[in-house]
Amino acid sequence: MQTRLLPLELRNIGYRANGRDVLKGISARIQSGSRTVILGPNGAGKSLLLRICHGLLDASEGSVHWQLSDPAGVRSAQTMVFQRPILLRRSALANIVYALKVRGIPRGQRHQRALAALQAVDLAGVAGVPARVLSGGEQQRLALARAWAMEPEVLFLDEPTSSLDPTAARQVFDIIQRLHESGTKIIMTTHDLGMARHLADDVLFLHQGELIEQAPAAQFFASPASAQARAFLSGELLWT
Amino acid sequence: MNVALVDAFSRLMSGDAELLAIIALSLQVSVGATLIAAALGLPLGASIAVTRFPGRQTIIVILNALMGLPPVVIGLLVYLLLSRAGPLGNLGILFTPAAMVAAQSILIFPIVAALARQTIDDAWQEYAEQLRSLGVGPWQAALTLLWDTRITLVTVILAGFGRAIAEVGAVMVVGGNIEGVTRVMTTAIALETSRGDLSMALALGMVLIALVIVLNALTHLVKETAGKRYG
Repeated sequence: MQTRLLPLELRNIGYRANGRDVLKGISARIQSGSRTVILGPNGAGKSLLLRICHGLLDASEGSVHWQLSDPAGVRSAQTMVFQRPILLRRSALANIVYALKVRGIPRGQRHQRALAALQAVDLAGVAGVPARVLSGGEQQRLALARAWAMEPEVLFLDEPTSSLDPTAARQVFDIIQRLHESGTKIIMTTHDLGMARHLADDVLFLHQGELIEQAPAAQFFASPASAQARAFLSGELLWT
Repeated sequence: MNVALVDAFSRLMSGDAELLAIIALSLQVSVGATLIAAALGLPLGASIAVTRFPGRQTIIVILNALMGLPPVVIGLLVYLLLSRAGPLGNLGILFTPAAMVAAQSILIFPIVAALARQTIDDAWQEYAEQLRSLGVGPWQAALTLLWDTRITLVTVILAGFGRAIAEVGAVMVVGGNIEGVTRVMTTAIALETSRGDLSMALALGMVLIALVIVLNALTHLVKETAGKRYG
């Protein structure tokens, strides 16, 4: 898959809310191919950073640069899956068809593409069921199918499994894995160390609004360079 | 009282032609007004919900305040507009059902618009990020939200109709309560009561109350079944 968008470059990103710096001085370069996990405790600013990358929020300071300079092209080549899936009050299939319509996919192709996406996440059997009566796990898979159908170059995921039970989380995990294998760039936030260990190729470790470490996952988990990361990683031991 | 009640029932059961004509006109006027108010109020409510502009809060406050306008004052304003010397006097529709539809439309338009705005604003809070992420523009978002909140909006519209069918002041002033032309249930009740024909007033009162109950039952049913079906 061609990557016109990447690398993504964050230059000195800062975000101020209610007179408080919730993100400050974040500079990073995110390459194509790997799965990037933004890791950190609650309140570190992970979701905020993700939204700034995706363009849902404007940074108070600094800037986001994609390799592609055409804003419309940047917009249409990326998509995001939220912590709690937000689905329209219509059938599972119609939710995907709607997204494809917004993206300007010709009418004749929408139905086929939507159905294929549903099959990919094993939801073809509930294509006609209203999206909002599906279970939490099914809803999140539907949100992923919707993202999948749009064939993005970059997929942002904000804590995609944190409100799911282990089985549903596992299914979501597998779908993310397959999206990665099909060439989609994965950029995901999580505070779940287990998930991060399984999925991450690169880690951006955030703590109190600052980027403390950016490292390959293997290196980060084996020998974190910062005291904060060591503390965060050892915190895991308290729970296992 | 008892005699009047028995009389009222027999009038209802026998399908008194005068009674039926009054009921039919009431429904025509109020349904017409509701359709107009919905056609204008829903798009306005949705537009205000999904856009941000200076003065937006002021408009919301005004719209909410207009929900409580006294019908008789609306009647007076429409009367002034439509009276022969008024700016719309040459339409010649004062004391016709058209004037009554106009007055009731104005009466319930703010109700539909304000409640729709509230409903769609709430939905927008929930959907905004997702829709923006998909690349949906504000106007398309307004349409999407109108459709997604359709169940609540039906109850909003029914609330508007309930207000229209039950008001007396506006239709009295602009309609004139002319027998066989502009006499509706509420104005007839007012007249028959003052004239002492309590059985007619009671019969109409019962129809009106039954209508309001049916309307509320319908609203409840719509919410319940649709809520179960669409989540």
